[in-house]
Amino acid sequence: MLKEKIEQANKEAIEKLFKAQPTLIGLGTAEQDIPNMNKKTILHAGPPVKWEKMSGPLKGAIMGGLIYEGLAKDEEEAIKLAESGEITFDSCHHHSAVGPMAGVVTASMPVWIVENTTFGNKAYCTLNEGLGKVLRYGAYSEEVIERLNWIEKTLAPVLKATLALSGPIDLQTMIAQVIQMGDEGHNRNKAGTSLMIRELAPYLVQTSFDSQVKSDVLTFMHGNDHFFLNLTMPAFKSSLDPLENTPYCTLVYTMARNGTEFGIRVAGIGNRWFTAPAEVIDGLFFPGFTKEDANPDIGDSVICETAGAGGFAMAAAIPIVQFVGGTPQDAINFTKSMYEITQGENASFKVPVLDFKGTPTGIDIRKVVETGILPVINTGIAHKDAGVGQVGAGLVRPPMKCFEEALEAFAESVGIS
Amino acid sequence: MSKINELFDSELKVINLGLESFSDDLKLQKKAVVHVEWRPVAGGNKKLSSILNQL
Repeated sequence: MLKEKIEQANKEAIEKLFKAQPTLIGLGTAEQDIPNMNKKTILHAGPPVKWEKMSGPLKGAIMGGLIYEGLAKDEEEAIKLAESGEITFDSCHHHSAVGPMAGVVTASMPVWIVENTTFGNKAYCTLNEGLGKVLRYGAYSEEVIERLNWIEKTLAPVLKATLALSGPIDLQTMIAQVIQMGDEGHNRNKAGTSLMIRELAPYLVQTSFDSQVKSDVLTFMHGNDHFFLNLTMPAFKSSLDPLENTPYCTLVYTMARNGTEFGIRVAGIGNRWFTAPAEVIDGLFFPGFTKEDANPDIGDSVICETAGAGGFAMAAAIPIVQFVGGTPQDAINFTKSMYEITQGENASFKVPVLDFKGTPTGIDIRKVVETGILPVINTGIAHKDAGVGQVGAGLVRPPMKCFEEALEAFAESVGIS
Repeated sequence: MSKINELFDSELKVINLGLESFSDDLKLQKKAVVHVEWRPVAGGNKKLSSILNQL
């Protein structure tokens, strides 16, 4: 009887996920649009974490955020303020938001607004800053703050005006397309960024901004292959959130890391986090950096894998092995192995090289614990110290402890010990 | 000739379960072998295994 209830709940949950219609409906600001957000609140990636326990890149991004908001004038003041208890730190996931790497969101930051039009829930994400020395990797130097200001004062107004002309943009169809164009939506977003530019450009040129400004905006998007990541993430977040509180469901609807801990949430156990120390990433490092420089796994971008993209769709994104390491056959094997721990084949994301089979989707904690196969995640690598930035990219797995403890809690919740 | 000798006189086709080093040894002797990554349920954890049986 219990087994049937679980099977039925999981079936309904995956259908809910496949019915999701994430749609880009506009661009706002964190303080105005994100629920329960204010000037003294800073959101971050992963499960909740106190300042004292935060990793270097997260601390660095928070320091940068405080400087950007004008709440601190330098590093020293920012640390003092962060330690004072005056600032509320909270998980992006508690505010319908997601953030790549450190995932820091402060009040003035512009945010994409994505609505899952099937269920009416929204998700938010900041605009992607590019690679290298950027806030989300823990850098906070003058050039980082200058870029954030340019995003707020130039990029966001232009894109907002563009979206007002274009109307809503269907992200579900676009993501399904890019998965057939060599992207996996997490660490490879070249096709997605290109499609988004193609979608926006005809309207962007109709806005009343100066030609040079329009050119700068298009050049910025063109120069940043990860621009689309900050749209796949809220798309997946809005698609997965309706699964929360599905009684008897053993599927994972959140995976996230704060640089110190990895956390998961399971649909049948509400919004409780199951956490364990985050793992160190195995990958390719930029010249001059090694594994010794790497911070443990960080960021909300693993929402991609939770939704059947990212590492789960690697067979669709074979060129990514040049960025994260491994061979084309490894990419195919990673995707194939994920069918062992998932509920089903994705209804929209199809892998050409696997005869257009849907990507493995819906991580089942029972299957993970039973087989010992952990989800595979494509990710960027941040330097362990605040202020440095990205040092590479690679593959990582979550700690098994999260899944084991979630399984025990689930069993308890249904009266089994 | 006994059945077992017949087996060793023919070309061996080996499927190895469990410890991978057994298959590595056969590979060193240039014998065809397929290694199956088999692990006990829940890594052998009895409590988790019992929970899984009920779910």
